[in-house]
Amino acid sequence: MDWGTLQDVLGGVNKHSTSIGKIWLTVLFIFRIMILVVAAERVWGDEQQDFVCNTLQPGCKNVCYDHFFPISHIRLWALQLIFVSTPALLVAMHVAYTRHEKKRRFRNGEKIDIQELKNEKFHIRGPLWWTYTSSIFFRIVFEAVFMYVFYYMYDGYQMPRLVKCSAWPCPNTVDCFVSRPTEKTTFTIFMLAVSGICMMLNLAELCYLVIKICMKESRKTT
Amino acid sequence: MDWGALHTILGGVNKHSTSIGKIWLTVLFIFRIMILVVAAEKVWGDEQDDFVCNTLQPGCKNVCYDHFFPISHIRLWALQLIFVSTPALLVAMHVAYWRHEKKRQVRKGDQKCDFKDIEEIKKQRFHIEGSLWWTYTSSIFFRLIFEAVFMYAFYFMYDGFRMPRLMKCNAWPCPNTVDCFVSRPTEKTVFTIFMIAVSSICILLNVAELCYLLTKFFLRRSKKAGNSKKQPNHENKEETKQNEMNELISDSCQNTVIGFSS
Repeated sequence: MDWGTLQDVLGGVNKHSTSIGKIWLTVLFIFRIMILVVAAERVWGDEQQDFVCNTLQPGCKNVCYDHFFPISHIRLWALQLIFVSTPALLVAMHVAYTRHEKKRRFRNGEKIDIQELKNEKFHIRGPLWWTYTSSIFFRIVFEAVFMYVFYYMYDGYQMPRLVKCSAWPCPNTVDCFVSRPTEKTTFTIFMLAVSGICMMLNLAELCYLVIKICMKESRKTT
Repeated sequence: MDWGALHTILGGVNKHSTSIGKIWLTVLFIFRIMILVVAAEKVWGDEQDDFVCNTLQPGCKNVCYDHFFPISHIRLWALQLIFVSTPALLVAMHVAYWRHEKKRQVRKGDQKCDFKDIEEIKKQRFHIEGSLWWTYTSSIFFRLIFEAVFMYAFYFMYDGFRMPRLMKCNAWPCPNTVDCFVSRPTEKTVFTIFMIAVSSICILLNVAELCYLLTKFFLRRSKKAGNSKKQPNHENKEETKQNEMNELISDSCQNTVIGFSS
């Protein structure tokens, strides 16, 4: 059960997405999940081992590391990616429910082709529009929340080389040095930039859906 | 044999679940198993390597680690997830037994050609009625029990759900009392609370499913009591029609939602 399984799960949703939604999904998998797995995890791999403090006091390094890195960037990104992906499952459940209803109507005697039903692509109209739009809205909210959490937890997006620690049992104030700070800063900014792009894609998709529905309404009235 | 194999096994059960059961399965796989594999295992990865005690006494660190962490959180979660997933196999076994019986009847020729092909028996979706209802309900009941037992075991073993930064250890061979420092306590606390929260959500989903099944059962009984006075043959005709419909329709619901292979 790993990122590959998430890809299988979301692949099914892709069929019912708009074009912007499909682009968003591609960006998510290639520029975020893949980068996380093939690169970022290795950069942060030795984060505690190579976090060095200028003291012989046992326990000081552990405590200082825990104080400055309450939750590692990698875990925050993993949680962010999972939370941002899951609203799409609302759409998948709605589509499954709509299919189930159509099958039920078939059983009651209405004429529907079974094979076509399985492969049918549902257009984003009616209640599905609301589900789809809510899923985009939740995606945007989760992205924003996680970006803020990063900013708040790490006082910005730059990884310092040196952190000064005075938590017990460290004697007085101790200098602690972070492992690979520049590389970490680069990847943090990269992931932030791609998050920003994903948010913009989501906003664009939201605007597109809203305009589509307004145009449809105005056509109906005329 | 890993989490992917469990995913495959439970995918088959998904077909015969209620909607709440399908949501429960999604939550289990995405918010518990996946979080365990991609995030939590790495947080606990260096738990013994970076467990540091303020002493030079050999063996003291090992003994203190063993004293404070009899079973690691990761292993407890893995056991919990396996125990919680397996009652669903009771349902799978029951369905397999029914299928076997139907195939046997078709081969003997007892059953009229409602099922044109053995293949179609394999794809048939059984509704949660009769003895399957009892099996399904027992499986949900066992799931609830296992979830509650493991949550209590966590609480009891670690005196709550918070990971302390410092532990004072005086087990032999440590001299007097020794300060031991845990690796990544805040991150561990965050993930422990997250997993507890998702366990609770799963318990609520199971309780909701149990209520739904009980309600359905009582409604059906009251309908039968009302209908039994009218046409005695009506039910048989309904069942035959249902079987014909089931034969023609193979359920692709779960393929859309989760993408489990049928």
